[in-house]
Amino acid sequence: MILYFLTLVLFVMGVYCLIAKKNIIKKIIGLTITDYAINLFIIIIGYRAKGIAPIMFKDMTIQELAEYGVDPLPQALVLTSIVIGLGVLSLMTSICLRLYEKYKTFDMSEINRLKG
Amino acid sequence: MQTIYPLFTALPLAAAFFTLLVTKINKKAADYIALFVTAALAVMAVLTVFEQPFAYQVGGFPAPWGILLISDGLSSLMLVIINVIAFLSIIYSTKYMTTYTAKPKYYALFLLMLTGMNGVVITGDLFNLYVFLEIASIASYALVGFGCEHEELEASFKYLILGSVASTVILFGIAFLYSMTGTLNMPDLARQIEILGINKAVAFVIAMFIMGFGLKASSVPFHAWLPDAHPSAPAPISAMLSGVLIKAIGVYAIARLMFNVIGPNEAVSSILMFLGALSMVVGVFLALGQKDIKRMLAYSSISQVGYITMGLGLGLNPDVPPVVAALGLFGGLYHLVNHAVFKSLLFLCSGAIEYRTGTRNRGELGGLIRKMPVTGTACSIGSLSIAGVPPFNGFWSKLIIIVAFIQAGFYVYGAIAVLVAFMTLLTFIRFQRFALFGQLPTRFANIKEAPFAMTLPIVVLAILCVGLGLAYPFIDQSVLQAARDALLDKLSYMGYILGG
Repeated sequence: MILYFLTLVLFVMGVYCLIAKKNIIKKIIGLTITDYAINLFIIIIGYRAKGIAPIMFKDMTIQELAEYGVDPLPQALVLTSIVIGLGVLSLMTSICLRLYEKYKTFDMSEINRLKG
Repeated sequence: MQTIYPLFTALPLAAAFFTLLVTKINKKAADYIALFVTAALAVMAVLTVFEQPFAYQVGGFPAPWGILLISDGLSSLMLVIINVIAFLSIIYSTKYMTTYTAKPKYYALFLLMLTGMNGVVITGDLFNLYVFLEIASIASYALVGFGCEHEELEASFKYLILGSVASTVILFGIAFLYSMTGTLNMPDLARQIEILGINKAVAFVIAMFIMGFGLKASSVPFHAWLPDAHPSAPAPISAMLSGVLIKAIGVYAIARLMFNVIGPNEAVSSILMFLGALSMVVGVFLALGQKDIKRMLAYSSISQVGYITMGLGLGLNPDVPPVVAALGLFGGLYHLVNHAVFKSLLFLCSGAIEYRTGTRNRGELGGLIRKMPVTGTACSIGSLSIAGVPPFNGFWSKLIIIVAFIQAGFYVYGAIAVLVAFMTLLTFIRFQRFALFGQLPTRFANIKEAPFAMTLPIVVLAILCVGLGLAYPFIDQSVLQAARDALLDKLSYMGYILGG
């Protein structure tokens, strides 16, 4: 239970960083933290104390596998989600660099041409 | 059709990478590849309408373990909208995008966005839906900032941050649902939720999904990115974003998950109706004061998507008589089709106007219908349709929604829908008076009609607007009815797990 709670704390920290910070680099860091919090959450769903890799060996019965085997699906999901996160992160940083070239600042409150 | 169903995602995905490779050899090739691929997809999409519903097992793995691709009334309706409008936008882009550099990259991103949208619509697996949603979203973030000027980059960054938060929240909901039920297959999830009932955890997941997909669909409390992002993109992309993307990854996903997976529920129904009504009112009032024509169109998108959400909300309500709920849902889906047609028409027209005059400010334009007769006429047809003037298509769908709400006894929502229809009329009459009619400024004395590649899609969409409206009482509405029945029939959706 404590693990889920810590994941929530991490998520809230990320959201706080996203909302309260003006620097766009810090915003990007905040978004990445929320992303990692969700990834951690998915990993914890698949966690099992004293679990083994879900591979069926010759000397195992199905019951043994069902009892000790770890659910492999959350790990596959997290791998996909990390790759997607990487794609978003690289796009974010490149847009951020372009913004700096145009506006000469990382401060979001000065990047405000769009209004109305 | 069953065997080639995965091509809806595979073909544009392959083409997206192939365009970039082939431009090293031939500069013109990108145009032809994009045109050919989208034309083929549009033909395939029209063909799916005539198919019986089926489920395709990817890789031959049986249902709860493998990924299902599902074809039913709703997904074929969405496929037709997405691919036809994508084809018209590509025709338009061949000429319009010559004002930008790096055209092959544009086509690659466009085709990636198409892959994502087609994938979201055909998939029957929740995590797969998330992956395709991210493909479509990432491509659209890049396309919004395609011009790389101050405003475009700023809009793209805002859209990126908010869109990523929405995606994170959706992923959280999916993870939560998986931890409860142990499955990601949507028909299987529907069955598991039927057994669980709507407990607190499912209610939490519903809230996550409404927030996440609501942000993608730009419902009002989550709409802040849309009026920046949609006008900043190149015109054919604005048409795709406003006409198709917010429906494919927002409204469609909400409809599929709420109707088929979670099932009719009064609380969800009232939330959707309230958000829809709020979007309608806020969107139209903000649209009224805009001077930039593309920004005005973007705000009006928020308002029109409100109509669709409200219709869906009425369809979800288990307390109203089933006939009325079905009528509301039918109106919502019909408005979805109509909005895709006239909003992409209006955005393409605004692009043509900008292409010739170099400005989007309503105050600087005027009398364009005399210099650009084809674009001007099509633009008036689009404005009259969106405003709900009788013979055109917007009138019928709004009428059906209003009648459904009156019959269901929600008089306040009915009155709001009438009021918003009137305000939309006012907005677009002002737009027409300033931009199309009135005094022609002297500096536009020798502008010409837009080139053929740009007027062709505009004319096709204008004909669709008139056709869908005039022929409404006579045409066979079986396509829309099949989509409606697919949403209302949760049992047969659960049956797809049996495969075949």
